[in-house]
Amino acid sequence: MRLRSNLALLVTPLLISLGALALWVNYQRADKIFQDRRALDWSRNLRPQLEQHLSITFWATAFTVLIAVPLGIVLTRPRYRRFGGPVLAVATSGQAIPAFGLLVLAFAWLGRGQWTTIWALTLFTLLPVIRNTMVGLDQVDSAVIEAGRGMGLTRRHVLRQIEIPLAVPVILAGIRTALVITVGMATLAFLIGGGGLGATINAGIGLSRDLVLVTGAGLTALVALSVDWLAALIEKALRPRGL
Amino acid sequence: MTSFATSPASVTAAPSAATPAETDDASRDVMIRLEHVSKVYPGTEVPAVAELDLEIPRGEILVLVGPSGCGKSTTLRLINRMIEPSSGRIIFDGEDVTEVNPDLLRRRIGYVIQQVGLFPHHTIAQNIATVPQLLGWDKNTIRARVDELLELTGLDPSIYRDRYPKELSGGQAQRVGVARALGADPDVLLMDEPFGAIDPITRDRLQNEFLRLQSELKKTIVFVTHDIDEAIKMGDRIAILGDQSRIAQFDTPERILAYPVDDFVSDFIGSGSTLKGLNFERVRDIQLADSFAVVEVSATAQETRAAFDASEEKWMLVLDAERRPARWVGSEHLARADFDITRHGVTVRAKVPTNATLHDALEEMLLSNAGQACVVDNQGRFLGILDVERLADVLKRMRAEAKKHYDLLAVENRSQ
Repeated sequence: MRLRSNLALLVTPLLISLGALALWVNYQRADKIFQDRRALDWSRNLRPQLEQHLSITFWATAFTVLIAVPLGIVLTRPRYRRFGGPVLAVATSGQAIPAFGLLVLAFAWLGRGQWTTIWALTLFTLLPVIRNTMVGLDQVDSAVIEAGRGMGLTRRHVLRQIEIPLAVPVILAGIRTALVITVGMATLAFLIGGGGLGATINAGIGLSRDLVLVTGAGLTALVALSVDWLAALIEKALRPRGL
Repeated sequence: MTSFATSPASVTAAPSAATPAETDDASRDVMIRLEHVSKVYPGTEVPAVAELDLEIPRGEILVLVGPSGCGKSTTLRLINRMIEPSSGRIIFDGEDVTEVNPDLLRRRIGYVIQQVGLFPHHTIAQNIATVPQLLGWDKNTIRARVDELLELTGLDPSIYRDRYPKELSGGQAQRVGVARALGADPDVLLMDEPFGAIDPITRDRLQNEFLRLQSELKKTIVFVTHDIDEAIKMGDRIAILGDQSRIAQFDTPERILAYPVDDFVSDFIGSGSTLKGLNFERVRDIQLADSFAVVEVSATAQETRAAFDASEEKWMLVLDAERRPARWVGSEHLARADFDITRHGVTVRAKVPTNATLHDALEEMLLSNAGQACVVDNQGRFLGILDVERLADVLKRMRAEAKKHYDLLAVENRSQ
């Protein structure tokens, strides 16, 4: 089990490099018309789009974590537990709206731009993180908490020294889910002026040029894989020993 | 242990001037006192614990035992205020702790639960250091304390210090659980069915080791179990609890076994309480039968037959040159023309030392051909014979003494 996950961590960057190489070779060997060169120009289009894509992903995930993890913690405390159901219901309906619809709603409310996309995606990915935070905290063995309280640890001690560390793997899994969703959804950001690699994919469709389409989609896939790999590294580093 | 167990055991011994009840009160140094403690959960009419008064003497193990749902765990958790009492007072070493900060109170009380509850992401050493760390001990003191506790509980520090709980067996985990509860050397230990989830063989070993530990540490311990045998084994005193933690009987195990006060208690103790009571008496405390004929191996056949005829018993005992029991000889052996005292007879198997319990002795007696056990000293030399009549006398005396104790209590109560 552990060996296999370590192996996966080593193999993924290798696959990503191979994919990048394949895209590059494909681009070099293809017959290119003017529109191809222009749409796939690194400094004019691809690099800024990549940067936009990553910054949307980063900020949307960061806000999700900053909102959803504390909310999830509060909702598992005895005093606020009764609000857990309603909050989860709202978050679920947020995710039930098609992402495109959510983007359009955000557009109608906040106008064009990258920040509109970031807020819309934050809202969209709250659910998995809130839910995993709550599940992660609830699955901590009640005997461990009982023993801790019985020895004179305060509620705060128990939360910080026992519950949160033991919930970290589940919380991180939720964040990783949110990350992957965000990377995928960020391809729609161009629709409301948020930029991102979706623009290149769209250009490929508009121009009926497979080279542009494949390069845009391939780059998106590589970004998704890299982000997921990074998340896996973080998950491994933060997972408490002894579990 | 108690005035009863150490009282002179011969049947004719006159009661000493001080009755058991009086000596108990005089020597009783109370560590924990519950006064009219009740717990009513919100939304329920019937209290989980009703008006409980309980005194726990310093340095003793008090076992709370009772059927499931009687409130014994609730009672335990009222002491360290894991459950807040609805009314009543909790006096801890002379100090009213009903209102103090419960977190600070609990750091002075060790707590062991059935599921152990070790922190899975902390090493064994970190687990044991939990309370010392809360109390702000310095690093070196904590490290030394952790190693000391690991050795005390039978775990090699160099092997186990840096392991994680998942690498331990159930028995080892509970050893660490006990070590952790003893972390900051609390005076009081609360144990909620600590050995309940452990296999019978390991449980027996842990119980014995814990009793050995307690004989050195002399902590005040409140121990909850639903198993009457464990209660009898572990308890200096036992409180048998009925519904709502009402105390049905509170006494030493030997007196509860000898004299259950009512049907509830005798039902709960179950059958075999008499036999269990034999565990509390030792062979050295009772008078041995003296009507047995004994010959030494140097005796001639003539002398042997003469001695046998003079005795009323069906068997006689042959001792070897060091006066160790060698063989039982009966009439069929003596009737032989070629009777040889060095060869004929049944080898003696049932030999019990003077520090054996009567329960052990009974087992030996039942296994022996003659239905009797030879009591021997440390060198294996013959001291006397133990037979069923002697055992029956002891049981009668135990019951009579316990009854007298309760009759006396009743008289005192009436006169008050």
